[in-house]
Amino acid sequence: MFNKKIKFFIFIFILLSQHSLSYSLEPNIFVQSTVNRASQILSDDIPKNEKIEKLKIIAKDTVDIKGIGFYTLGKHRKNLSESQKEKYSELFNKYFLKSFSSRLAEYTNPKIDVQSQEKINENYTIVTSILVATENRPEINIQWRIYTKNIDKPLIRDLIIEGLSLARTQKEEFGSIIQSNDGDINALFTNLEKFINN
Amino acid sequence: MKKLLTLILLSLFAFQTAYSGSDGKNSLSKKNGEVRDCFEKVNRATFAFNQGLDKAIFKPVAKGYRKLPSPVRIGTSNVLSNLSNLITIPNNVLQGDFNTAGINTARLAVNSTIGIFGIFDVASQMGFVKDYKKEDYGQTLGSWGVGEGCYLVLPVLGPSTVRDLSGTFAGILGGDPWYNITVKNDTHYFSDADYYYSKGGDGINFRAKNIESFENLEKNSMDFYASVRSLYIQDRIKKISNSDGVIETQDDSDWDEIKSN
Repeated sequence: MFNKKIKFFIFIFILLSQHSLSYSLEPNIFVQSTVNRASQILSDDIPKNEKIEKLKIIAKDTVDIKGIGFYTLGKHRKNLSESQKEKYSELFNKYFLKSFSSRLAEYTNPKIDVQSQEKINENYTIVTSILVATENRPEINIQWRIYTKNIDKPLIRDLIIEGLSLARTQKEEFGSIIQSNDGDINALFTNLEKFINN
Repeated sequence: MKKLLTLILLSLFAFQTAYSGSDGKNSLSKKNGEVRDCFEKVNRATFAFNQGLDKAIFKPVAKGYRKLPSPVRIGTSNVLSNLSNLITIPNNVLQGDFNTAGINTARLAVNSTIGIFGIFDVASQMGFVKDYKKEDYGQTLGSWGVGEGCYLVLPVLGPSTVRDLSGTFAGILGGDPWYNITVKNDTHYFSDADYYYSKGGDGINFRAKNIESFENLEKNSMDFYASVRSLYIQDRIKKISNSDGVIETQDDSDWDEIKSN
């Protein structure tokens, strides 16, 4: 009886430890599985709109949209009131999902191979991958900035394509819009609304 | 002697203009990623002109070029890449990278002869480094610590900076052997047209490889001009650093204070 109890507790202990381990996801595995999910959708024989909706679900699950949104505001985020922050987050979320999914939907069955990963610090790991060449396009290096503060739920914060950061490009684009409107954040809101409704 | 003096003056000009306006701590635009667009209005107008030209000429030609059989495109791309060694090699030397200069010289010799004017990349098959990286005088100035200076958009040629434009002049003033034997000196073997065809071919080759990327970027940009400017500056920083790692344009500091979802 005593033996059975011990065996039972050992079994429960192993089960629990396995369970907790399964939540800690290595960034390279996280990227490869995300890519595979997206790739599967893109190769499915379904209408483009349906693909876009499915890609949006993946983006919401794996990308730190709110974080990217505030990063892209740069120095301007310090001047925002709480209500402006709220409005911006809402607009950026819609903008990002539309822009991201329509960009991706152009590809049909892209093949991305994860090559390696490098931990920069406690918060970030850079995962290096390759978009395999096709007839019309050479091989492309893609690095993924993965936010790993919560190791149970890694999140994508940036894509660095051939050394060019999408988040930084976005940040400079937004900065340019605000700057050319004398620092008025509402100009950015108007542009975002236009893009979303277009 | 006169050429050397001109090159020195040009380098000094690049240093002067690139450092003017610097805060004295950082070389321009490197740490904070802010671009100095001193002539933004003129640049935007030139950008619009270039876009018109692209839609009318370059994009259709690039699309036509894409329809050529793959071996023709690969051969053309190889010839152009082989020719670019003529600028890359002196810049490898100027950057102190003698090892790469040696490898690229061997590549140039093998591909120009056995590879029939560079049509076939025999050197790569013979085991020379496959990952060939182009270098130019703008990159060399950058590696010497010269900041990029003001951002420029040149008619037809597209994005540049004061530093990179100075580098282009350095090529024309004697630093580009291909220019010297085609345009500058009458060698009886080549004509001016050979130089301009090669440069045009370079542009079309680049455009053809990036048709979808540009379309995608334009479609999803609210300020296409600013996006292209950012990408150009990032690309130059990356090329000057000669690194495949994460460079300072992806500096962590700005990310650190951002909270997640």
